[in-house]
Amino acid sequence: MVLLAGCSGGVLDPKGQIAVQESEILLNSVGTMLIIVAPTLLATLAFAWWFRASNRKARYLPDWVFSGRLELINWGYPLLIILFLGGLIWMGSHRLDPFRPIAAAGKQLEVQVVSLDWKWLFIYPEQSVASVNELVLPVETPVHFSITSATVMNSFFVPQLGGMIAAMPGMITQLHLKADHMGDLWGLSTQFSGDGFAGMHFDVRVKSNEDFERWVEYARKSACDLDHAGYAALLRESQNVRPFVYRSVIPALFVKIVTGKVSPPNATAEQGSSVVACPETAQ
Amino acid sequence: MKFLGNLSWDAIPWNSPLPLIAGGGVIAICIAIAAWIVLAGHLPYLWKEWITSVDHKRIGVMYILLGLVMTLRGFADAILMRTHQAYAYRADGYLPPEHFDQIFTSHGTIMIFFGAMPLMIGLMNFVIPLQLGVRDVAFPTWNSTSLWLTAAGALLVNISLVVGVFSRAGWLPYPPLSELEFSPDVGVDYYLWALLISGVGTLVTGINFVTTILKMRAPGMGYLRMSMYCWTALASNLLIVAAFPILTATLVMLTLDRYLGFHFFTAAGGGNMMMFINLIWAWGHPEVYILVLPAFGIFSEIISTFSNKPLFGYRSMVIATLGICIISFLVWLHHFFTMGAGGTVNAAFGIATSVIAVVTGVKVFNWLFTMYGGRIHYKTPMLWALGFLVTFVIGGMTGVLLAVPPADFLLHNSLFLVAHFHNTIIGGVVFGAFAGIAYWFPKAFGFRLHEGWGVAAFWFTIAAFYAVFIPLYMVGLLGMPRRMQHYDMEMWRPFILAAMVGIFLFGVALICQVIQLVVSIRQRERLRDETGDPWSGRSLEWATPSPPPIFNFAVQPTVYGEEPYWELKRRAIASQQNEGRYEAIKLPRNNATGFVTGFFASVIGFAMVWKIWWLAILGLVAAYAVFVWYAWRDIPEEKISAEEVARIDRAHRKSRAEWLARHSEKGNMA
Amino acid sequence: MTMIEAPTTAHGRPVDPYRLGRTDLATGHGEAGPASERVIIAFGFWIFLLSDIVMFSAFFAAHAVLQTATDNGPTGRELFDPSRVAIETGCLLASSFTCGLSAVATNARNLFWTQAALLVTGLLGLAFLGLEAHEFSGMIANGVGPDRSAFLSSFFALVGLHGAHVGVGLLWLGTMMAQLFVKGFGSILYRLICFNLFWHVLDIIWVAIFTVVYLIGEGR
Ligand code: HEA
Ligand code: HEA
Ligand code: CUA
Ligand SMILES: [Cu+2]
Repeated sequence: MVLLAGCSGGVLDPKGQIAVQESEILLNSVGTMLIIVAPTLLATLAFAWWFRASNRKARYLPDWVFSGRLELINWGYPLLIILFLGGLIWMGSHRLDPFRPIAAAGKQLEVQVVSLDWKWLFIYPEQSVASVNELVLPVETPVHFSITSATVMNSFFVPQLGGMIAAMPGMITQLHLKADHMGDLWGLSTQFSGDGFAGMHFDVRVKSNEDFERWVEYARKSACDLDHAGYAALLRESQNVRPFVYRSVIPALFVKIVTGKVSPPNATAEQGSSVVACPETAQ
Repeated sequence: MKFLGNLSWDAIPWNSPLPLIAGGGVIAICIAIAAWIVLAGHLPYLWKEWITSVDHKRIGVMYILLGLVMTLRGFADAILMRTHQAYAYRADGYLPPEHFDQIFTSHGTIMIFFGAMPLMIGLMNFVIPLQLGVRDVAFPTWNSTSLWLTAAGALLVNISLVVGVFSRAGWLPYPPLSELEFSPDVGVDYYLWALLISGVGTLVTGINFVTTILKMRAPGMGYLRMSMYCWTALASNLLIVAAFPILTATLVMLTLDRYLGFHFFTAAGGGNMMMFINLIWAWGHPEVYILVLPAFGIFSEIISTFSNKPLFGYRSMVIATLGICIISFLVWLHHFFTMGAGGTVNAAFGIATSVIAVVTGVKVFNWLFTMYGGRIHYKTPMLWALGFLVTFVIGGMTGVLLAVPPADFLLHNSLFLVAHFHNTIIGGVVFGAFAGIAYWFPKAFGFRLHEGWGVAAFWFTIAAFYAVFIPLYMVGLLGMPRRMQHYDMEMWRPFILAAMVGIFLFGVALICQVIQLVVSIRQRERLRDETGDPWSGRSLEWATPSPPPIFNFAVQPTVYGEEPYWELKRRAIASQQNEGRYEAIKLPRNNATGFVTGFFASVIGFAMVWKIWWLAILGLVAAYAVFVWYAWRDIPEEKISAEEVARIDRAHRKSRAEWLARHSEKGNMA
Repeated sequence: MTMIEAPTTAHGRPVDPYRLGRTDLATGHGEAGPASERVIIAFGFWIFLLSDIVMFSAFFAAHAVLQTATDNGPTGRELFDPSRVAIETGCLLASSFTCGLSAVATNARNLFWTQAALLVTGLLGLAFLGLEAHEFSGMIANGVGPDRSAFLSSFFALVGLHGAHVGVGLLWLGTMMAQLFVKGFGSILYRLICFNLFWHVLDIIWVAIFTVVYLIGEGR
């Protein structure tokens, strides 16, 4: 059944190097634990069946309450498994630390991620364009994400590319991912962040390098600027926002958001309006 | 300043019929019950014998009742969530976000604090003094206060259904979402005051039971002669004493932030929201063992009793219990591996977490070897125990999987996680409560529960559990997060629909439980337990009549051997005439301190939520007056004369002797 | 009904299945039954005090984390007045001493000296509270209240929590003195013991606050 679930686009259907390694560790851990858990479950059922009171063939050992050898197994067997699993944990945690760059030839792409109420802003500082609820990545290029939040806590997650990491106001987390296949994926927030949380998902488009450049050009031709007015409009609460792009971004906007140098969202701003000022076509 | 603070007619959700009808219905039922009690003249009895009771057995029963009622409320929330999500595919479902968010928050809050905790504490209350062979807990009046403070918290949560709103920030309200800036309404305030008040109650319970178990045991009951349940209760209460103050401190900080503009966790002013997350889990992780350790104890008793064998590897079990106790304080970070603490920190906490699997494994294997070589009788409690063994091992395994940081990166905050903790909580704590209730019911009320309906309830619950949570595991692997009010992903849908079927099976299971209760009460004469020992149990509580007299033991029992009752019983059989010398027994007088304290705590809590300052101050003054009044009493105890004790005890001996005579005529029965 | 299948006994003596080497029936091991009321009350109160110390620890931890989070506002060095803190400390230590004296008087069942020592304890405690209230109100009046920065939040909360304990202690003390006055010792003895424990623990916590908040805070 678990394998069945794996065929269709979840975390067991990885499309990137990190996700491949993480899902491998996931399966290896399950396998390791089954070495002890499966016999335990079988023994439970077997003992329960055989030693039922009506089975007079079963031995009755009313005084058998201690056995040094069994105690050794009781403690030793799980300990052995956990030792092995501990090794897996130790190596995996270091190898797959999200802060750790992916060793690969070629340049890595910088993407800055900001969670907002309730949508995602992706800033491409080198290209000085930005997009909302659409993450476009070149294939087979390591990507370095810097992640923060302009409101409450969220968590950034693209299941098929690799593990999630928290987006927290005033803090920067980092994540390294690499997409290995072209195609459309999806991402979302996994840390509940308020009423619009369920609408906080985004498209992930993995393109060839040329198509990525073409997309950047397309973005530069769009009508929207992420200037202070644009950012103020973006801060307003909205949900289920359709993707759109900005042709320019306030310099060092990401750092300003982290340090609180751009004004935080106004709590009294009218709620529930689904209107994002720019672009008008994003309705 | 407004007379009623922020409270106004707008606080009542006139325009949303669902909570109004539900709340109105509950209020109507409550009024009806209250009216019936008063009109039928039961009020004096209820007041004298139950509400003001300081008898640990009565308090235990009331705790369990509170737990069951609140579990029912939590179940209603669960039905709403599961059916709502079934309709929320590319649609809005029938609950708008502001309702859905309240519902999962109140479900989690109610289930943990007002469902599971009262069930576990209630069973401990009823059983522990009996198993220790003593008359009551160390501080009976405080015990009653604990109960009513817990009830006060539960009351506040339920008031929020009708007056105002409940929190929408999840069962652990992470800032900054829970700060005034992002949650300006009274929801989080209800949450805070409910938990602050009931938290004090729980802390007092912890102090009470630690003292009772460490200082009040029957003569001869050394530490290694206590029953396993006493050990796990001790461990659980030690955890309460060590962990609940952290919860209180954390919630006080959040309260100060919200009420007085402090900056503990705010985004502005240099506040540190990570500190909240660290503090709350420093309590939260031990909390899950506070819940499950007593359940482990219950299963230890049950498995040994129904296998007709002593517990295997008793000392190993004790060490494992204390091991869990200690390790549980060293693993809190596993709840936020995804916050980027770095490889070494994550790995260290991951490994520390998985060590718990070793000590828990020891317990599982010892239960298995207790069954090995036994003569296992499958009464309802034993069925629950078997269901627990299978289910909990699976839930534990997925827990250890989440302790592997790279795997947790993929599964954190997904429905896989939700499935994990329901797997351990339902498989462990809820099954434990059901098993314990079935096991000790005859002790408490003098008659057994009906077997057939109990067995049916068991099988439906098992089926329902797997029907709901296996799909949730799978949809979690497909990347579905928790707390989704709606979703667009087609591949998730079949699993969500499957889970909805499961929730109906839970409903059937519940109906079986209710029928079981009704049928058992109606057939109570047939199910009567004259011996005081219906299961051939192995610890001291079974040496008392069912139900036990108010003083528990007519003559203070003396303990020989690890299984106190087994020895006692054998010696009693040898010398049936042996009555012992009866002495007058001193008992604490029933008093209303606990109830009145709980009442004023509710008033204070409600006043604080709505910022009705004068009422809060009035409540505080009144609470102080209660304290003085209690401190001033002259005769806190009453005496039961030796003749009365003898009379009660002889009656019990007679009925037991008759039972034995009747049954030895029929020969050994199977 | 389940029927009992009693474990076999070896030669009429009960077996010792756990191999603990105990085949006799001695009760032994000094477990002579429930402890006396005095022990139980004192023990329970100790457990309560331990839990209270845990709660203080959480506030200490918060203060340690937020010590530098001044949000460009004043630091401890700019705010604290060492001489006032010294007097506060003196009051509290002295009150702890007189509280101890009251215990001596109680042991001698001397009602007058018990009351006198308790009264001095209470007055010293009141003086401490007054000084602290003065410090707090002065700071708040100067705009450096708990809402100024996270550092000040943690300061006010930690010191204020201690102050609240002292306040509750004084209320308790007053109630007990009234009861002593009306009824004499009697059932109140154990409560006096508990109050002594409570007051000494508050003293210890104050020493920790003095060191961590004021001395170390002064140093940075
Ligand atoms: C003790 C804890 C506990 C228990 C028992 C349960 C029980 C159940 N829970 Fe709960 N749950 C939580 C604790 C618990 N839960 C927590 C902490 C959360 C997280 C909240 C958050 O996100 O903040 C959560 C979240 C949660 C969600 C998450 C939603 C989401 O995030 O998307 C869902 C969804 O299905 C769910 C479902 C259920 C179901 C179907 C049950 C069923 O098992 C219910 C079964 C109930 C019964 C079978 C009731 C039986 C009735 C009685 C015993 C009374 C009998 C009376 C008489 C005999 C008179 N729970
Ligand atoms: C009673 C409740 C209970 C219990 C007993 C447990 C038991 C365990 N839990 Fe669980 N847990 C919760 C309730 C509980 N949990 C809740 C409520 C949450 C989430 C709250 C929220 O976020 O809202 C949670 C979340 C949670 C997380 C965080 C995941 C995340 O947020 O991403 C983790 C991660 O490590 C975890 C791990 C474990 C482990 C290792 C155990 C272990 O104790 C399990 C040990 C048992 C066994 C392993 C089975 C028996 C052993 C054997 C048969 C021996 C052999 C086995 C092996 C060697 C593997 N739990
Ligand atoms: Cu979580 Cu920073
Ligand atoms: Cu945990």
